[in-house]
Amino acid sequence: MSEAVSHEEHHDDHDHKPSGIGRWLFSTNHKDIGTMYLIFSLIMFFIGGAMAMVIRLELFQPGLQYVDPQFFNSMTTVHALVMIFGAVMPAGVGLANWMIPIMIGAPDMALPRMNNMSFWILPFAFTLLLSTFFMEGGAPAGGWTMYPPLVGQLGDGFPFLIFAVHFLGISSIMGAINIIATVFNMRAPGMTFMKLPLFVWTWIITAFLLIASLPVLAGAVTMLLTDKFFGTSFFIAAGGGDPVMFQHIFWFFGHPEVYILILPAFGIVSQILPTFARKPLFGYESMVYATASIAFLSFFVWAHHMFTVGMPLTGELFFMYATMSIAVPTGVKIFNWVATMWRGSMTFETPMLFSIAFVVLFSIGGFTGLMMAITPVDFQYHDTYFIVAHFHYVLVTGAVFALFAAVYFWIPKWTGNMYDESLGKLHFWLSTISVNVLFFPQHFLGLAGMPRRIPDYSIQFAEWNQISSIGGFVFGVSQLILVWVVIKCVRGGEKATDQVWEGAEGLEWTLPSPPPFHSFTVPPQISDASAH
Amino acid sequence: MFVKKLRNYIVCAAVSLSALWSTSASAEYALNLTKGVTPISREVYDLHMIILYVVTAIGVAVFAVMFWSILHHRKSKGAVAAQFHHSTVAELTWTIIPVLILVVMAIPATKTLIKMEETTSPDMTIKVTGYQWKWKYDYMDEDISFFSSLNEESNKIRKGESETNVMDHENYLLDVDNHVVVPVKKKIRILTTAADVIHAWWVPALGWKRDAIPGFINDNWTYIEEPGIYRGQCAELCGRDHGFMPIVVEAVTEPEYLAWVEKMKTQPVEINPEKLYATHCSTCHQANGQGLPGAFPALAGSPIAIGPAAAHIDIVLNGKPGTAMLAYGPQLSNEELAAIITYERNAWGNDVGDVVTPEDVQAAR
Repeated sequence: MSEAVSHEEHHDDHDHKPSGIGRWLFSTNHKDIGTMYLIFSLIMFFIGGAMAMVIRLELFQPGLQYVDPQFFNSMTTVHALVMIFGAVMPAGVGLANWMIPIMIGAPDMALPRMNNMSFWILPFAFTLLLSTFFMEGGAPAGGWTMYPPLVGQLGDGFPFLIFAVHFLGISSIMGAINIIATVFNMRAPGMTFMKLPLFVWTWIITAFLLIASLPVLAGAVTMLLTDKFFGTSFFIAAGGGDPVMFQHIFWFFGHPEVYILILPAFGIVSQILPTFARKPLFGYESMVYATASIAFLSFFVWAHHMFTVGMPLTGELFFMYATMSIAVPTGVKIFNWVATMWRGSMTFETPMLFSIAFVVLFSIGGFTGLMMAITPVDFQYHDTYFIVAHFHYVLVTGAVFALFAAVYFWIPKWTGNMYDESLGKLHFWLSTISVNVLFFPQHFLGLAGMPRRIPDYSIQFAEWNQISSIGGFVFGVSQLILVWVVIKCVRGGEKATDQVWEGAEGLEWTLPSPPPFHSFTVPPQISDASAH
Repeated sequence: MFVKKLRNYIVCAAVSLSALWSTSASAEYALNLTKGVTPISREVYDLHMIILYVVTAIGVAVFAVMFWSILHHRKSKGAVAAQFHHSTVAELTWTIIPVLILVVMAIPATKTLIKMEETTSPDMTIKVTGYQWKWKYDYMDEDISFFSSLNEESNKIRKGESETNVMDHENYLLDVDNHVVVPVKKKIRILTTAADVIHAWWVPALGWKRDAIPGFINDNWTYIEEPGIYRGQCAELCGRDHGFMPIVVEAVTEPEYLAWVEKMKTQPVEINPEKLYATHCSTCHQANGQGLPGAFPALAGSPIAIGPAAAHIDIVLNGKPGTAMLAYGPQLSNEELAAIITYERNAWGNDVGDVVTPEDVQAAR
């Protein structure tokens, strides 16, 4: 978009913001809604993080010291639900809200009132979910995967869990519809699909995944609800039902969900690496096709989450081969990122540092993922700390690190102020070192035989658990630096230029920093010669 | 002191991280998968090592290129950015080579998987049933059946009822009251199923785990080559005490196994009400009958335990659907059930004074 011309004119009378709480409650402005999504996800990140601290505290040494095993199970269960549905997904939607309209030259999202509703459902959904802690029988403790029959043993919190999941699904589907409608209808003239920034591409594909997979989850949890309260036996063996069927349905949602969490992260990194390498993204088209292939394949690999349920040999072979094949497009992406950096002219501001850490640490998570695709060996890895290490590498040092990178990359645009680079670097180094002390030893624990989701363990696992917990505490505390950086940046700082970063290209960098409340009210013209 | 301890850990972490990639460093800090004691577990271990070496090699190569680039292609060193953004040859290369690596990996993996699923013509069969939170073993050819649950010492330590320091109990949480005794050098078919929720039966030395699912019977097999004691745990979240239902397999020579079978068949069934209650009821309702408020109801003073015996027999026999209260009718004999119910009606201040007989239980079935 190097030739992009901004037709932004300053109509101050059009830029008045509604005042008071109404600005936020009734907002239809993509920037305000994006901001609310991001703040909400940061709050949930700390709530989910506090639960992780409880988990690591109890696991600091063998023996039961602090919490009851049932409460421990609630911690692991709700930690996952909060982090997935409360922190990572809303952060992704928040970034999409903020950035997609100004990346494609649109004045706002296509469906602004639905945008408002999809955000405001979230606080209600999490109030439902978190209120279960104060109920008879406690919070959900059967794992975020909600496997029956165990989930049916939940007390009064059960219907709250189900309806919270329903609300979260409705919110995400509305967000996805909005993103698709926006990108398909509101691109500036000349902004063809193959000129879209990769962040926009990954979000379109993510939106389709959301629409295809979340109704499946809604169906599964509704069946749980009728099994419990209306006498059906979808998943009850004694009534002729099939508990394994739930797992098939759940993971038909659950595997695409994994890509819902990680694809926007791919998009973010694909924006940042070219900016700080001052070099175009390598293989733009193959990146788009690789992302689409990963998304497509994600619907054919679900049973690798349940190799140990006892499938027929042919089923196991099919899911083993299909899962291994995902390594190919994922590899293409990694290689393209490295090729983007190759012979660039790199500088290492905080967004770049987090993106490089993403490439390395996400790859480690990818490698262990490939190891687990080998079905006979997965019979050993399954449900141990090895898988805990694996999915925290892809979701924490993968998705969450990319979100950190995105915040540092775009916050000068959002606020008009540069963030404190030294604090950003401190946040990066503390996080990157501690997160590896936290999760790398968990590979050893899993291989040595420690099952996941246990509140207490045999003494042979004591050393690595203690090291892991120390890493966890440092990582948890380090995140307060991020809050400090954000608050400091919002309150002031060195003024950011429109382009912010020397190598930044794209429509969003043609707008002032911060952009006016209403931007691109007249669409910009995109020339044919523009690069990606 | 803490600093010194921490420094030891850091040193040990550094040493161990560098040792991960060498096969020899597995024993001391338990870093790697066990080789196990069966032909299958050794194949699984070999597959694990091959794929570990493959991904390590790819990782080292890719990251080496990346870090070389980071060191040399930096603006502060005066690097000028090239403007290439495409190369069909490169992209085809890094698509085709991974495909070939994956195909090569898939071949041995497929072979091993086929062997693992070959459960026909076993020498003997054991059915394993998961319960919240214990295992039941049925020797299908011998008419031997028993429960196996966390041993008393571990149970006391985890509940804070023991003087022993947890670090001094060698097999803390990995020891049970009744071992699963099996002969070496026999093909043993192991069927897994469950009575309440899903569990998973896992002994790492055998090379696999398999879910135990209510309404399903999964079949697996093993062939243990060396006598020894092999420990494992439940691997599928199954509720509050998921972490407290270990597995101990004791592999012995054929004569020793036959002697054990003989002993199991001839020893009289002992009915000890307090012990039966401890095994089957106390994990939820607690040894003192107080239950756990909010999760499991108290039996001391409960309307059922001090009310008419018929209702008490009914709930123990048939369970309470939709809760963790299991139907014990299929699990226990009339004699055992009568002993447990009588105990519950007369312990912890419950003072009904009646005696439930095995005949009462039989009549209620």
